[in-house]
This record gives sequence, structure tokens and C-alpha cells, in this order.
Amino acid sequence: MTSISLLQPRFKQLKTLRALAIGLAIGFAAPAFADNLPEVQRLIKQGQYPQALDKVDAYLSSRPKDAQGRFLKGLIYTEMNKPAEAIGVFTKLSEDYPELPEPYNNLAVLYAQQKQYDKARTALEMAIRTHPSYAIAYENLGDVYAKLASQAYDKALQLDNANSATQNKLALIRDLITTSGKGNVKPPPAPVAAAAPVAPAAPSTLPATVAAKPIAPSATIVAATPGAASTSAASTPASKSAAVTAAPVSAAAPAPAPTQAKASAGDDDVVKAISAWADAWSRKDMKAYLGAYARDFDTPKGASRKAWEQEREQRIAGKGGKISVSFDTPTISINGDKATAKFRQHYKATGLSSSTTKTLVFVRNGGKWLIKEENAR
Amino acid sequence: MKPGRKFALAGLAVALVAGAAVQLNGKPASAPVTVNELSAIAQPRPAAELPAGDSSLPLVVSDSGPEEALTRIFAEIENNRLGNALQLTENLLRQHPNYRLAHLIRGDLLLARAQPIQTFGALSNAPADKVADLRAEAVARLTAYREKPPADFVPRYLLQMQPDQRFAIVVDTRRSRLYLYENDIKNGGQPRFVADYYVTQGKLGAEKLVEGDKKTPVGVYHVTANLPRQKLADLYGSGAFPLNYPNEWDKRQGRNGSGIWLHGTPSDTFSRPPRASDGCVVLTNQDLDVVAKNLQVGLTPVIISNSVEWLSLDDWAKERSELNKAIDAWRADWESRDSERYLAHYSTRFKSGDQGYTEFSAQKRQVNASKEWIKLKIDNLSVLRNPGKEEVVVVTFDQDYRSNNLNNQMKKRQYWLREDGQWKIIYEGSA
Repeated sequence: MTSISLLQPRFKQLKTLRALAIGLAIGFAAPAFADNLPEVQRLIKQGQYPQALDKVDAYLSSRPKDAQGRFLKGLIYTEMNKPAEAIGVFTKLSEDYPELPEPYNNLAVLYAQQKQYDKARTALEMAIRTHPSYAIAYENLGDVYAKLASQAYDKALQLDNANSATQNKLALIRDLITTSGKGNVKPPPAPVAAAAPVAPAAPSTLPATVAAKPIAPSATIVAATPGAASTSAASTPASKSAAVTAAPVSAAAPAPAPTQAKASAGDDDVVKAISAWADAWSRKDMKAYLGAYARDFDTPKGASRKAWEQEREQRIAGKGGKISVSFDTPTISINGDKATAKFRQHYKATGLSSSTTKTLVFVRNGGKWLIKEENAR
Repeated sequence: MKPGRKFALAGLAVALVAGAAVQLNGKPASAPVTVNELSAIAQPRPAAELPAGDSSLPLVVSDSGPEEALTRIFAEIENNRLGNALQLTENLLRQHPNYRLAHLIRGDLLLARAQPIQTFGALSNAPADKVADLRAEAVARLTAYREKPPADFVPRYLLQMQPDQRFAIVVDTRRSRLYLYENDIKNGGQPRFVADYYVTQGKLGAEKLVEGDKKTPVGVYHVTANLPRQKLADLYGSGAFPLNYPNEWDKRQGRNGSGIWLHGTPSDTFSRPPRASDGCVVLTNQDLDVVAKNLQVGLTPVIISNSVEWLSLDDWAKERSELNKAIDAWRADWESRDSERYLAHYSTRFKSGDQGYTEFSAQKRQVNASKEWIKLKIDNLSVLRNPGKEEVVVVTFDQDYRSNNLNNQMKKRQYWLREDGQWKIIYEGSA
């Protein structure tokens, strides 16, 4: 069984987002834009960020105040993985146009990526203040609250930070919808439930409620979908969450493919780490072999690291004759920065050959998978 | 789907409070006043109650802990004002950034905004033991805040303090509470409630028996030293006060172990769960600092009980005078040199060191016979009742013994046991 966690490097995620976003944005937004902004969008879509940046700068040189242009510029910086610059653009934009919710929302996404959840919360609360029915901001705010909750639980329960490593699923707004007069802004009576006193539900409804909570896709992009939000969702406050989740679900439909691709890439890295480890063992390259283990490797029977290293040295480098270590296709499951690999290990040395089922638990440290636990059976 | 979330959280507060009540009701009724009666006696305290101002004694300072804030937070949750509850929780965290219970409540309140939650400590896969610890702390603190000791009742143990003992400490392990009492000399040495504090006890509860059993001893102790922070590992926090466990009575009962201290919390922790130490009684650092000012090394009694018994002042005065009479009768009978009358105060189970009743009585008869006169003066008497089923009282005093051929001054400690309605000495020795 192979299971892959949702954790991916941010740039991968953003690529997924962009691919989804542009199609939608081009589809409905074109009329709202000044002449050469569609060109900027096209360049973004093609991943030609420096060119897109040049174009948008040229556009802005004659219209330095233009909100659409500046918004796209912030987006380009975000795509180029320049969060500081992007934050700068969106911050200025929110100061000049405090009535627009989108810059606040995107600021929040950027802050959340930097794990600055308190700032993200403030920005989203601003977005909601400007547009009390701004669905995406609510959805994002829900995620930020969950993040803050997770941090609070870490402190309360002295957890390691495994939780905070999970990825952001906050939705970046790809388009300035509210200026175009459309947008996924719903009529007022859709306040978030937490703000409205609600009659207690019968307890029996609770489990169903939980089950109904959709599990957000890994790359939740909410590209503005004015049709869906403004018409269908508007009527009943109760349908608020359904409406909100409807947008990401439909938008993200193509997402699984890149996720899978990325997943096997993560797999590959672990397989490579196993190969390198087995090779080093076979070569009796003690430096590489011991280097495959994490600094905090759980030594057998809690022996000291030094004692364990000495023992391995004796058994490997100190052994006469050849050693050969190979393995069958491993079963790998990755969860955040932790990966568990299970495989059949074949060991051959003078006078001994054995096959055992081995489980290696890896931790990712600076892009490198290192062995944290080793168990044979 | 959202209404459920609110309901669930409100249920949390109710469950916490109800859980506390059930726990109290489930307690076995113990002598003079049961805990149930206590909670009936204790008036619900208004949040901003001020200490009585008509006294020159120190003000009541017991509300300095987070109990009041927690009470308000849970009241807001019950009333479905989750925003207020979150704000109050964040205020509390500004005051005590390392307060894990407050972090947990904050986590719940934030998570409730993102998804419906159904329980205290709603994080999925939350380590159940840690959540249970924090829940137990919340229950202990909220219960203690609602049920202060009644004003005209005193702990049965503090029958008489010697004049220079300014304060006494009484710990209730079931309630995770430490009560600080002042020796109110102006009022005839009545114990006067000063403050109470949340405490942590041994992981496996109270009634320590042997080394390493991770239990807190029950008995009458005193602090024997004051170890300043600089000399301590971080675990002990802002200070430590070793207790004289095992005392004479413990040793006689075959109890052993050592290193039972009163101490603070590590620097990264505001408050520890109700049961977490290896037997020590642990206070928050801020509480320890306040209590420490009132501790006199070698003097301040620290009485640890499973469940404090409370006496009305009338009953307290009666019990005290009964024991004073018994002690004075013993003194007078010793002076009388009538060995039979004198030895009638001793239990046949008497033991002191290697000496049993037989050896002791033979020796006393011999000594008394050689006396022409005996004068015995008792000063600085303290009478502290030992918690527990057996009726045992720890009596300590300065003894000034004069006779025709020997004078002797000593500090003496006796354990008196009520046998068939009579108070009898079962141990004595120098203190």
C-alpha cells in the first residue's frame, strides 16, 4: 500500500493553482480589463513571469494607481516566489483601496504561507469587514482559525510540530472581481455562523454534521466564480458553506493529476535514499552509510550514538569479504516530513545471506530523507 | 451545519461543571463536615467579592490565580458568546504565556470557528492523557473557585499553633488545593483563612508508603529548609521547601522514601496537571513566591490530607480544650510522682525508639521513685491533628523539667491516640 500525504513544496502547489486560475480568469474577466492586461494574464499563464512583470510595469507607468494592474503585479510576485514583494504590493493596494477585499485575502494567503497566522487572521477579518459576505475570505479564515487552533494545541499538549508542517490550503484570489461589479460577493444575510447566535441543534445531528464537512482538496484554488457565488448561493444563509465549497470543488477538479505526479516524485526521493543507503552499506562506505541516518536516529536498545556507530563500523567495515545489500520494491507512505518505507532486504556476505522484512522510517531534513528508525523482522 | 458547533461547545462547559459536581457527590462522606455539606455551606462567590476590610490582618489574596478568568471564560462559552470567551482566553495567555490549559481552550475556540467541535480538547488525535490532565486541572480550579472554605469553619487539623508559628498550610489532595491559614493570636489563636492555591500532587495520588511510589504523603509535617532558586534545577521553579517526611509516625508505620518538597514549576510551564509530581506538592511559581513569604523554616506546619475535614468554631474550641485538658492532666500527673496515674496516660502500644511500654513504664517507675519533687512546665504548645481515619494528634512543646536531682529543657514531640474514648500517648521523643 502506498499512501502519499498532501504535503508538497509550495511552488508546486502554486503551479497547480495557476493552471487552474488562468483558464477561469480569462474566461470571464477579460471585458473588465484594460487593453494589455489580458496579455499580462497570458504571460502569467505561460509561466513567463519576468515578461509579465515587464508588461505590467509598462502598463502601470502610465496608470500608477490602477488597481487591476497592481493586483496582477502582486500575483506575479507571488508566482515568482517573492513573498516580500508581493506582500508589499498587496499591502499598498489595501491601503489605497481599503474597500477591496481581494488584496486583504491574498495578503492573508501570503502570511499564512509564512506561518504568520495572526497576521493572516487580521487581514482576513479586514477583508470580511470590507465585504461582509465575502465567501472566500470566510473559507480562508476558517482555515486560518484551524491553523491557529493547531498551534494552540501544540502549546497546550506539548506536541511536536508535525501539525504545523501540513500545507496551507488557503485560496489565493486570482482576480479583482469586486471592481468589475460582479464577484463572488453575496447579499448580506450570509454571515459566518460563528458570528450569529444560532438555536442549538439536536445533538443527534452532530455526527452527520461532521461527516458533511468536506475535506478540502489539497490545492484549493478559489478562482473567482461570480456566477456560482452570486446567484446560487445568495438565497439562503444556511447554504453558505455549501456554496463556498462548491466553488473550490469545481475549480479544483483537474487538480488530482499534478498531485499524483508530485506524489510519485516524493516516492522517488525516498527510494533514492534507500538505494544510497544500501549502496553505501555494500561499498562499506561508512561515512555515507552513517550519513544516511538522522542525527536523532533511534539506536537499537537505546545505545549511545557512539556505541552504535562503533558497532556498525565493526560489522561493516571490519568485515572481511564482500557485502551486498539489495532490496525489493518498497512500499512507501509519506506523511509530511516523515516517510515510512517497508521492503524485503537481501543481505549477502561471506558465510551469511539473509532476507528480512525491513521498515525504515525517514525524516526529511533540508530536502534530504534521513533514517530515523530502523526495524527488521 | 453550524448550529451544532455552538451547542457542542456550550455542552463542554456544562460537562466540565457537571463532571465536577458528580465527582464531589461521589466522595465518601467523612467526619465532621462532608464535602457535600461544605459546598452547601459555601456561598457562591460573586466574582468581584472583596476581602473583609475590618481586619488589620493581611488581605485575602486567593483570587490572584487564573480561576476567576477561567470561570468567566466558561460562563461565556455556556452563554454562547464564543468571541468574548476567546478574547478572555487571549487576555489570560498574555498574563501567563505558558498556560497550557488556556492554550487548549484557545485551540478549541478557534477550531470551533473552522469546524464543529464536540469535546474539550477537540484536536483529532490529541493525546488523550494530556487532554485528560488539562481537563482535570480545569475541573479542579473551577470547583475550588466556586467552593471556598466556609468562613466560620476551620480545618480540624489546626487545633493549636504555638505563638511563633505565624502561618500553617493545609493541603487537600482530592481537591488539588493548598490552604494558607494564619495563626490569629488576637482571636485566641483561631486559624484564619488567608488564601488558597491550586496544587499538583504525586502521579499516583496520596498516602505515600514507600520510596518511588509516586505518591504524596498524608500527615503532619513542617518545612525543614528553604532552597533558593539558584541552587535548584529548573524543574523546581522559583524555590523549594523540603518537608520532614518521613516523620516519627511515618517511620513507626513503616513508611519510607524521601525528598518530599513543596516547590514551583519549570520555567516553560505555568501550571502542572493535578497529578504529575513524584510525590512533591507543586505550586505555580507566582503562588509559591507568595506562600514562601509566609513560611518559617523548622516551624510552619504543612498538613497534607486526602480530604480536609472542617469543624465549626464551636466544635473546634471543644476539641482543642479537650486535648489541652488531657495534656495538662498528663503534666500534673507527672509532677505528682504517682507512677500509676502518670503511666495511665500512655497506651500499652507505646513505643519510643527501641523502648516498648514495658521497658518504658519500668524505667519511669524507677525514676519517679527516686524523686522528692518534680516541676514540669510546658511552653509553646502546638496541637495538630493527623489527617486520617485513626484519631492521632501531634503535640509539640518546650518542656522545662525540674526535680531535686535533675533539670532538663527540651523540645518534645508526642503522638496522642484516642483509645476507647481516652487520649493516650503512643509515642514521645525529642523534636
